[in-house]
Amino acid sequence: MDFEVIIGLEVHAELSTNTKIYCGCTTEFGGEQNTHCCPVCLGLPGSLPVLNKKVVDYAIKAGLALNCDINRLTHMARKNYFYPDTPKNYQITQDETPLCRDGYIEIETEGGLKKIGIQRIHIEEDAGKNVHMEDSSYVDYNRAGVPLIEIVSKPDMRSPKEARMYLEKLKAILQYTGVSDVKMEEGSLRCDANISIRPEGSNEFGTKVEVKNMNSFRAVERALEYEAKRQMEAYERGEKIIQETRRWDEGRGETVTMRSKEEAHDYRYFPEPDMIYLSVDDEWIESIRKSLPELPDARRRRYINEFGLPEYDSEILTSSKKLADFFEECVNEGGRPKEISNWIMGEILRTLKDRSMEIEDIKFAPGHLVKLVSLVDKGTISGTIAKKVFKDMFETGEDPEKIVKEKGLVQVSDEGAIRELINKVLDENPQSVADFKAGKTKAMGFIVGQVMKASKGKANPQIVNKILTEELNKR
Amino acid sequence: MSVSIKDVEYVAKLARLEFSEKEKVKFTEELNSILKYVEKLSEVDTSGVEPAIGAYPMYNALREDEISPSLDREEILKNAPDKQDGYFKVPKVID
Repeated sequence: MDFEVIIGLEVHAELSTNTKIYCGCTTEFGGEQNTHCCPVCLGLPGSLPVLNKKVVDYAIKAGLALNCDINRLTHMARKNYFYPDTPKNYQITQDETPLCRDGYIEIETEGGLKKIGIQRIHIEEDAGKNVHMEDSSYVDYNRAGVPLIEIVSKPDMRSPKEARMYLEKLKAILQYTGVSDVKMEEGSLRCDANISIRPEGSNEFGTKVEVKNMNSFRAVERALEYEAKRQMEAYERGEKIIQETRRWDEGRGETVTMRSKEEAHDYRYFPEPDMIYLSVDDEWIESIRKSLPELPDARRRRYINEFGLPEYDSEILTSSKKLADFFEECVNEGGRPKEISNWIMGEILRTLKDRSMEIEDIKFAPGHLVKLVSLVDKGTISGTIAKKVFKDMFETGEDPEKIVKEKGLVQVSDEGAIRELINKVLDENPQSVADFKAGKTKAMGFIVGQVMKASKGKANPQIVNKILTEELNKR
Repeated sequence: MSVSIKDVEYVAKLARLEFSEKEKVKFTEELNSILKYVEKLSEVDTSGVEPAIGAYPMYNALREDEISPSLDREEILKNAPDKQDGYFKVPKVID
């Protein structure tokens, strides 16, 4: 039987404010436990929360970047539950009046551009952190009160791959706007998923299952692939799919039951009595709209139109703001767009990935890459040597010209010297010469390789080819 | 509208409270009498009135994003029933 997979995602992003959402404690990551706390974020009696204006600014900015309508009048809500990481025994969040609603993100699927709807974005406080030990649990409230936006998609995704693409685009947009540093490994971006299946052609939604504890985009895709398959197999066996929350177990590569609907929470939301209305006028919204940077989609289109880059290059280069900035600085320094793009998508991204580094960790300046490319253009070094110089430049951040000079890597284009080298190689390899004469053109490639090796990669390949042909014909 | 003993038991469970059977009966009666009193409000015609989302007609108490000092950890942990290594120590909870 053919099935349709229905996926909706809930993403929490920590906002990059200096202080918490309802008090002036710092949001700095990694402080000593319980040192970033005050009566408000600890929920001590008599304390009152006061909303951080920057949180509203950032949430609106994210909402506008995600094509949302901004609610002009909103109110905070109290969500009640008992858990040690929540000192007040409730979380101040938004319920019926989220700050932003009805937005969308566009993703590039095989079937063309697809809009994934965003139902709502609301602001809320993060919880503290529990550390579970053998005998007891330990609580650190530094994170309690750190501002979050929760971005709830519509159930518009039809495959785990679409879910991953949505997340990648969402991450890029949030990063471009600067409202969050979107680091999944530090927990500043977190994702939960709702997934159900239904027989192809059916209009009714199946029972949805919530999946939690996915720590990377890859994990989200894998967890959803597993879960879709699990549900399809259950369906085909005639089993009923239970509405429940399941946890992704990365090590075992499967989802396991956390809690079923019967023990689900009853949060008893009600308007937060400690806070008053938030009213946002057009002037406020428009001033934030004006501060929006060029977003990934617009930048991608510009790369195609302005620089003549292929769709693929443009998509990758604009997937991260810092990567795109680096690319554009290279172009501004005189680099040819496609050539720079090839270097970034090849050597640079590969090296960064091998070392688990980010583009911002790069030591050399964009101008150095441009210089390296022009050294190849001018014939000073060969393409092969350029890769070696790149490695050095990557390690030390040094000027490529200096590296080439100091290591004596300048390309040899002197015809006399190359001819001498070639004849030496031909003398040493009579069999290859005979093979070539006998019509085995492959032998030519071998000889070129030997010549390059003998020159330590410094011989100009074009000249080597030219002279080698001449010398072979003489023999 | 009225509540049953079952409702009282449910709300008590959510609030982590335990009552005797006698108390449950008593609270059910008391809650019902409160509900009956509040029911008087439904006599008012509210058609065309937007439901309120908050209680006070006051707007935008906001603060700038400026850091203010946090408490000393000693102060923070002073009233904790149990603590260790700068953490609040609580009975073991499983996620």
